[in-house]
Amino acid sequence: MTKNNLNRALGLGLAGILAAQGAHAVGKDIVIGDLDDLSGNYADVMGQGGIEAIRMAIADFGGTVLGRPITVLSADHQNKPDVGASKFREWADQNGLSVLMGGSNTGVNIAMAKVAADKKVPLFVVGAGGSSLTNEDCTAYTVHYAYDTTALANGTAAAVVKAGGKSWFYLTADYAFGTQLQAAASKVVEANGGKNLGAVRVPLAAADFSSFLLQAQGSGATVLGLANAGGDFSNSLKAANEFGITQTMKPAALLAFISNIHSLGLQTAQGLTLTTAWYWDLNPETRAFGKRFFDKMKAEPTMDHAGVYSATLTWLNAVKTAGTTDADKVMAQLHKAKISDLFTKNGYIRADGVMVHDMYVMQVKTPQESKYPWDYYKIVRVMPGEEAYGPITGLCPLAPKSTL
Amino acid sequence: MTTVFGIPVVVILGQLTLGLVNGAFYAMLSLGLAVIFGLMGVVNFAHGAFYALGAFAALVALQHFGIGYWPGLLVAPLCVGILGVILERLFLRHVYRLEPLYGLLLTFGLALMIEGGLQQVFGASGQSYPVPESLQGALNLRFMILPKYRAWVILASLSVCFGTWFLIERTRLGATLRAATENAPLLQAFGVNVPLLVAATYGGGVALAAFAGVLAAPVILVTPQMGASLVTVVFAVVVIGGMGSILGAIVSGLALGVVEGATKVIYPEASNIVVFVIMALVLILRPAGLFGRE
Repeated sequence: MTKNNLNRALGLGLAGILAAQGAHAVGKDIVIGDLDDLSGNYADVMGQGGIEAIRMAIADFGGTVLGRPITVLSADHQNKPDVGASKFREWADQNGLSVLMGGSNTGVNIAMAKVAADKKVPLFVVGAGGSSLTNEDCTAYTVHYAYDTTALANGTAAAVVKAGGKSWFYLTADYAFGTQLQAAASKVVEANGGKNLGAVRVPLAAADFSSFLLQAQGSGATVLGLANAGGDFSNSLKAANEFGITQTMKPAALLAFISNIHSLGLQTAQGLTLTTAWYWDLNPETRAFGKRFFDKMKAEPTMDHAGVYSATLTWLNAVKTAGTTDADKVMAQLHKAKISDLFTKNGYIRADGVMVHDMYVMQVKTPQESKYPWDYYKIVRVMPGEEAYGPITGLCPLAPKSTL
Repeated sequence: MTTVFGIPVVVILGQLTLGLVNGAFYAMLSLGLAVIFGLMGVVNFAHGAFYALGAFAALVALQHFGIGYWPGLLVAPLCVGILGVILERLFLRHVYRLEPLYGLLLTFGLALMIEGGLQQVFGASGQSYPVPESLQGALNLRFMILPKYRAWVILASLSVCFGTWFLIERTRLGATLRAATENAPLLQAFGVNVPLLVAATYGGGVALAAFAGVLAAPVILVTPQMGASLVTVVFAVVVIGGMGSILGAIVSGLALGVVEGATKVIYPEASNIVVFVIMALVLILRPAGLFGRE
């Protein structure tokens, strides 16, 4: 046998092994997971609609990536960090999970981020807002995709102070998300020349908000900062209307989803300033997505629905470009990628994991201004991504402090 | 301005009045639980779900049948009460002779199914029920502005609570009901239809929860979970008042609402646990509850 023939034989053998590996891989589905509150307070914010949005993204992508079909796993984390973390671990160990979409609840997502780092599976946080996820609790595998408490505060608090709302009193949900939101807003209010007169920490899911609201009114502040979410947000705003507090204080929603505004009705919610990453009625592209989503879910999508759709596409694109689902290679690709779809036109993922993109400061329309169903917001201003998410703080060891 | 512990008296009065409003809900809900437990020995874990169901029944009546608030206040509890009777006949009657745990599990399962069903149909984020026109606006009580609707809640709840107490403790029907709990076979021997009586009791108990749900609908967002958080507090109220004691449920419901209101001024963070702290103290000092018979 000549040397040449030996080489050829070796080459053929190698090709055979590679082909066998390839064949093995083709038969295996790519698995995208979704852990969210599917039954509780936040189930309409993302919930079943989120799973539907992931499926829509997969369909739009063509149904396969790297020649392999894509399946979706979903489960209810019940707003319990231990449930979210153990389900994530189980999928990573037993189901060949390639990426996880994190739904609502900051506490649960902090627990899941630890699993992401441990198991080396990328986590796209879509439904949760706590900015600690890209600061103290950051990991190399976390992407904070749709919005965070920093961007919400920079949007709403700055807009309200500039419109003359100088003195603030906060109604704060007494858990990680609420306190992070209040802290972020307080900083923005002060930086813009406003004053923080105080706060009352309200237990989560309180049955009645009226007594806390009377305390807010007693403070003499002109702005009522609502540092809460979901049902707590809706019920506190409803009670503020009932007690006539909205006549002396201007309510500012630090986090409100379109589903909340829909359940409250414009009569109660009108005039409210809020910040959102996305709105269904921005342009023909968002309206088309809204219509597709509405046909399935009988409601217009929230920013989380559009966010999880976009997050799924972004990950699939990165996998396609990287040519692998290997977490480190995909993460490297994600940090290089420019994100442009119906969710955002100029998004990018920063070293600390924040997906920087423009945010919209909105005002809720009056019933007279609203012309058709779900016509709820008018744009106050579009806030550039860098302004919304601010400079890198340096609290995340993966990303040095920026002086931007 | 006069102050107590550095807090202006007007503020305290305002908060106590609001506490009374919340206490009115606690009283109505714990009353229903006490009636069901007292006469049937069943710990009705589905009580919060029936409360939510009452609110949704009123909402559907308004949106789909044009039945307004006032008739809704009768129609919704009636429908929920009938559903209660049906559920009692179908499921609950089979567990009376078993350990109390079975009734508890059964009603807990019912609660999950009712809340899950509501969520399936109406979604999780809830809907608004408008305040009836005749009760819009507010009363100026000098120390506070009280929305008329909240004043009506106190009035309606007190009337219903004491009406129920009177029915059970002071009428012939009530005497028959109480006799059924003492010795059902003997009462049946006298020709009284005891199973019907028990079914009606369960229906009445859950109708009370539904009534509270309709009363709450204009105040808070109507969501499938609206009863879930409330019912834990209400169970504590029943334990404090004494399991099965009707007067105990009413009085401790109102009183705990007021205590909670005071806590909201002094230390807001503790307002959701103060009731449980009191429950722990009562269980240590008077295990049968404040109004319970040892």
